[in-house]
Amino acid sequence: MRRSFIARNPSILVFLACLALFTLAITLMSEATGAGLISTSFVKTLGKTLCLCLVAVAMDLVWGYCGILSLGHFAFFGLGGYMVGMWLMYARTEIIVAGSLANAPLPPTPAEISDAIGSQIFGVVGSSDFPLIWSFAHSFWAQMALVVIVPGLLALVFGWLAFRSRVTGVYLSILTQAMTLALSLYLFQNESGLRGNNGLSGLQNLPGVGAGQDAVSMWFFWGSALALALGYVICAWVVSGKFGSVVRGIRDDEARVRFLGYSVEGYKLFIFTFTAVIAAIAGALYYPQAGIINPGEVAPIASIYLAVWVAIGGRGRLYGAVIGAALVSLVSTWFTGGLVPSIRLGFYTVDWVDWWLVLLGLSFVLVTLFAPKGIGGLVDLITDRIAPNRHGADYGPDKGALREGEGRK
Amino acid sequence: MATLLEVSGVSVTFDGYKAIRNLSFSIGEAEMRAIIGPNGAGKTTFMDIVTGKTSPDEGRVIWGEKSVNLLKMNEARIAQAGIGRKFQRPTVFEDQTVHANLLMALKNPRPSFACLFYRPSTRDLDRVAQLADEVGLSDALMRMSGELSHGQKQWLEIGMLLAQEPRLLLVDEPAAGMTLAEREHTTDLLKEAAKTRAVVVVEHDMEFVRRLECKVTVLHEGSVLAEGSLDHVTANPKVIEVYLGR
Ligand SMILES: Nc1ncnc2c1ncn2[C@@H]1O[C@H](COP(=O)(O)OP(=O)(O)OP(=O)(O)O)[C@@H](O)[C@H]1O
Ligand SMILES: [Mg+2]
Repeated sequence: MRRSFIARNPSILVFLACLALFTLAITLMSEATGAGLISTSFVKTLGKTLCLCLVAVAMDLVWGYCGILSLGHFAFFGLGGYMVGMWLMYARTEIIVAGSLANAPLPPTPAEISDAIGSQIFGVVGSSDFPLIWSFAHSFWAQMALVVIVPGLLALVFGWLAFRSRVTGVYLSILTQAMTLALSLYLFQNESGLRGNNGLSGLQNLPGVGAGQDAVSMWFFWGSALALALGYVICAWVVSGKFGSVVRGIRDDEARVRFLGYSVEGYKLFIFTFTAVIAAIAGALYYPQAGIINPGEVAPIASIYLAVWVAIGGRGRLYGAVIGAALVSLVSTWFTGGLVPSIRLGFYTVDWVDWWLVLLGLSFVLVTLFAPKGIGGLVDLITDRIAPNRHGADYGPDKGALREGEGRK
Repeated sequence: MATLLEVSGVSVTFDGYKAIRNLSFSIGEAEMRAIIGPNGAGKTTFMDIVTGKTSPDEGRVIWGEKSVNLLKMNEARIAQAGIGRKFQRPTVFEDQTVHANLLMALKNPRPSFACLFYRPSTRDLDRVAQLADEVGLSDALMRMSGELSHGQKQWLEIGMLLAQEPRLLLVDEPAAGMTLAEREHTTDLLKEAAKTRAVVVVEHDMEFVRRLECKVTVLHEGSVLAEGSLDHVTANPKVIEVYLGR
């Protein structure tokens, strides 16, 4: 009964092997490190997809395992991106400014340099002063720490308030939506100090790095793959063992967990904050590949998509989240990129850029109704894991509890 | 014998309906008590109050030698203080194995960090095996508990209750869905537990109560109607009228 962690979870090895093979294949096909079969922009798309997979794993942990349908985890993803973006923008502008001021007859004072950086960055919002929140932007390590601290603290405070008052189910989901909405509205303001609707841009350029985008894209691709691998293993470890038992117990019947003496609020807060931090790290790797981040990225709908990915991939199993996120986001890029030919019906032309969302919505409804295990459920065909017939009964009284078809024998 | 739990003058109203009226009850440290009463008498609600699920409109619930006020504590802290509960409808974690259910209930530190780094010791695993044996689920240790029969779920929940090593066991209708032999076995388990701890058993089945050989409290319309030995209370005309006569 006391077999090792990996032995108890063979799916981890399979997942890691697939990820390693995929990374190797892309490396060998890329422009910078391989045969040049795929473009740099496609490498970036794949790298970004890996980050989306990581945030989906976090979403699965909080929703699929703990039963908290958070519709706000993309806010943490976005915040992570903003934190990294601040350093990237500052450091790069600093180099540019130092270069141009170096030709001045008098050596520039630190105040002059700071002013020049400020007017470069904040010119678009008609300002040149550094807002207080940029205090650490000059320091790489401090700003990297903020990637974890800012979203983590937000999650901690929000979660503490929400869980302490025992807000659950739909009300909690609405509350998390309100949080992302508030955050994105705040970021949209020029006074927020994060350049309003312009957002942060030029993030693909690493300061002081001479290498071309083809090489940089590969670094980020590898970094994202590594982050996904680590995140996956850590999450799998967290949900294995007794902690995982308690967390799944909370999902199905939190009152019962309380009567066993576990402080449900503490566990929920732990999971909520922990997943927020993972989401933030994923965002911090994503936006340098995207090159730009603006408040639209943390719009409430983004977090809803995240839940849809996990549902389509199959919640309550980490690889399901990865499959869902990878598939839906790649197919979505394909459809919305205008790569899929329109269907001409004579009287109407189905343009996939517009109709893709309808298709996605429809797949979501179909999966929820007819394949509650999601795409990840296909794995059960190989492993002979069958959902028992429970005559329609869910696995517990709570809203997030496993549904009949999601269980196993 | 020192008093372990003291409930006094407790009342609860649900939407205008007085489910518990001025109820007083107390139990000693190593004592067995049966609570009987017709449907809707307030037996389950009484347990809800003691375990912190329902907070009463008035009254006091005092616990232990330090006389802690249970009404100021939440469910988890009350459970940690040593009150374990078995529900009327068996409530186990259906998506988890019998083993996982028992391991979760086992008396060990409850905070999240302690739990995250917890690895079952040989002692814990032995204890789980021993408990499973006591409740006749040794062969089902690795089965999903949702797959168990009603009676087996009752057993599992009793096992979980014992695993918590509480000082007070509140057991709501443990014998429902069990065969005669299983009922006898349940009585033995409960009597064994009552040697070292307090046990409160709610049960409809008179034969079951008789076998417990303990003091009986009769609840009716939310308050105590009679208290004493089974023979004593069943001879009480009021009890016969509201309960036995039906
Ligand atoms: N949460 C609640 N809201 C409203 N009414 C309730 C609630 N809980 C219990 N009641 C009512 O309080 C009364 C006592 O219920 P309780 O469940 O304690 O009875 P019981 O003695 O356990 O009965 P049984 O033998 O059927 O289990 C019943 O009339 C019940 O309908
Ligand atoms: Mg009852």
